[in-house]
Amino acid sequence: MAFNYDKYLRVNKMPTLWCWGCGDGVILKATIRAIEKMGWDMKDVCVVSGIGCSGRFSSYIDCNTVHTTHGRTVAYATGIKLAKPHAHVIVVAGDGDGLAIGGNHTIHGCRRNIDLNFILINNFIYGLTNSQTSPTTPRGMWTVSQKNGNIDPTFNASNLAIGAGASFVARESMIDPKKLEKILVKGFSHKGFSFIEVLSNCHINLGRKNKMANAMENLDWIDSITMPLKKWEALEKGPEKENLLPTGVLREVEQEEYCDMYAEVQKAAQGQRAKISQDDFEKKI
Amino acid sequence: MAREVISTGNELAAKAAIEAGARFFGGYPITPSSEVMHVASDLLPAVGGVAIQMEDEIAGISSAIGASATGVKSFTATSGPGISLKAEQIGLAFIAEIPLVIINVMRGGPSTGLPTRVSQADIGQAQYPTHGDYASITLCAGSLSECYTQTVRAFNLAEKYMTPVFMLLDETIGHMHGKADLPDIEAIEASIVDREKFHGDPADYKPYDVPMNKPAILNPMFEGYKYHVTGLHHGTEGFPTEDAQQCEFNIERLVGKINTIHLENNGLDDLPDYEEVDLDDADICIIAYGSIALGAYEAVKKLRSEGIKAGLFRPIMLWPSPIKRLEELGRQFENRIMITELNMGQYSREIERVIKRNDFTTLLKANGRPIAPAEMVAKVKEMM
Repeated sequence: MAFNYDKYLRVNKMPTLWCWGCGDGVILKATIRAIEKMGWDMKDVCVVSGIGCSGRFSSYIDCNTVHTTHGRTVAYATGIKLAKPHAHVIVVAGDGDGLAIGGNHTIHGCRRNIDLNFILINNFIYGLTNSQTSPTTPRGMWTVSQKNGNIDPTFNASNLAIGAGASFVARESMIDPKKLEKILVKGFSHKGFSFIEVLSNCHINLGRKNKMANAMENLDWIDSITMPLKKWEALEKGPEKENLLPTGVLREVEQEEYCDMYAEVQKAAQGQRAKISQDDFEKKI
Repeated sequence: MAREVISTGNELAAKAAIEAGARFFGGYPITPSSEVMHVASDLLPAVGGVAIQMEDEIAGISSAIGASATGVKSFTATSGPGISLKAEQIGLAFIAEIPLVIINVMRGGPSTGLPTRVSQADIGQAQYPTHGDYASITLCAGSLSECYTQTVRAFNLAEKYMTPVFMLLDETIGHMHGKADLPDIEAIEASIVDREKFHGDPADYKPYDVPMNKPAILNPMFEGYKYHVTGLHHGTEGFPTEDAQQCEFNIERLVGKINTIHLENNGLDDLPDYEEVDLDDADICIIAYGSIALGAYEAVKKLRSEGIKAGLFRPIMLWPSPIKRLEELGRQFENRIMITELNMGQYSREIERVIKRNDFTTLLKANGRPIAPAEMVAKVKEMM
């Protein structure tokens, strides 16, 4: 039987504003299937988005949805989650939203290890606003703000999240929606900050000026720069390895979750336990 | 029985927030407001609330708006540079109609300015803190007791009008240490206003489907009323729209829900928007607010002891300004008005706008120092 998306969508908001062939729709559907797999009641789900094409993600899912300002998704979501720790909070942001203007909130969300499910849709460009350079735009590509070619070094978003302390970090492209769905379920199941980098296409505003003018060409390019983690690990150190982004679960560790820790702060403040000390933590510095 | 406490303005504002029902604080350290966060982080977890120090000013207010959107009364505290950073998020709270109390303990500016010194130069910023059209509510404490009572009021107004509300302290009053008389907790609890809720069928719920000049009705999240909140212009269901008629209605309603009601009722609630001292038989009207008014009380006494009949008008709700009373004062005192404030005349300009005359006297200072009663006395004597 075909999956019933209507149950989860605001059907009267269809069709989406996204371009024909955009990966965002595939990610939206994979997210919905992952929510169903989790068995979450939509009454308890909150989707927080920012500005950019990914910003519209929140308006299409039928739950508690907050469309915030540019870059501040994780900060808004932190307030929502701390105020209502039982809620399942999904944050959706693009590479410009989550890594440029909102980079500070992204790294501190990772550091706090608060139980948010952060889907970073990385399409390597500012798509909505017509092709400006993002922190993941490959060097040498054409952008409307660097018409002589982009010279800016790139962020490796997942490595950034690992460095910042996210307890779950995964990367997957939307080329294989089933695989993506599985990764999303893993991230959603994880307690702590789940950073899920989803590589997606923007053939309109990245592709057309960079020799991949249709969706398939753009996806072929994404395919050519990614490799499953195990295969990637087996590669010899060198330029080939450095130019490939490994996919799959890159980090999964158990770490104290922030809302749980704050519940201990509340207990301490209410005299139900001793004040929190260094002895409470395995990692001291 | 009133409660007598020894405390500071900043501590009293934080205490008031929690007794007004706030259960979330998001902020970032900044002089001279940090003590608000210190007290919040002590008191909130003890009552099951949350206080979090975020990574920057923007995150501080963003987390507070997020928490408030779920239905939890929330606040943040900062000083001028922090408001500048928070400005964009304040705009989201205005247009999405999310209640929030923003405590600003004013210091000298612009920029880093005079971090540890007093100023009242964020009055204009409080009126228009962010881009776009809206009307803001701003309260200003003139005593330690008011740091408490007006903060409670700020929460009540935020909930009633579904809007961010500014609670202004200045460095002097924020750090002043002394006795304050607070209302009984029972009286405070009886005064608490909670945001309106929609109780009907979730299928019929449209949070922004409200008449002109009425605030939106945003139900708490996670209770079955699923809706969309956005900083974009939105229709009755909360979803983005660019419809010209709808956008016009939105802005007229945002401005009107504060200003129109204020003009019709001469106040947004039953509490006084200003204080008057010895004005009935006065020849000279001094206008002062915040900590400067403390010096003005003394100046009035001194002038009267010398046979000069002076009186004081002290606005408490700065925005919307007490227009009706100011107009009356303008007619009564004509050019015998002396306005004193710690900026280059930000409120004097509002008074000029309202009373439609500019022949009043001003005593202004923007160097981080207070204005002494003797300076006010001397200025009034110059007017004689």
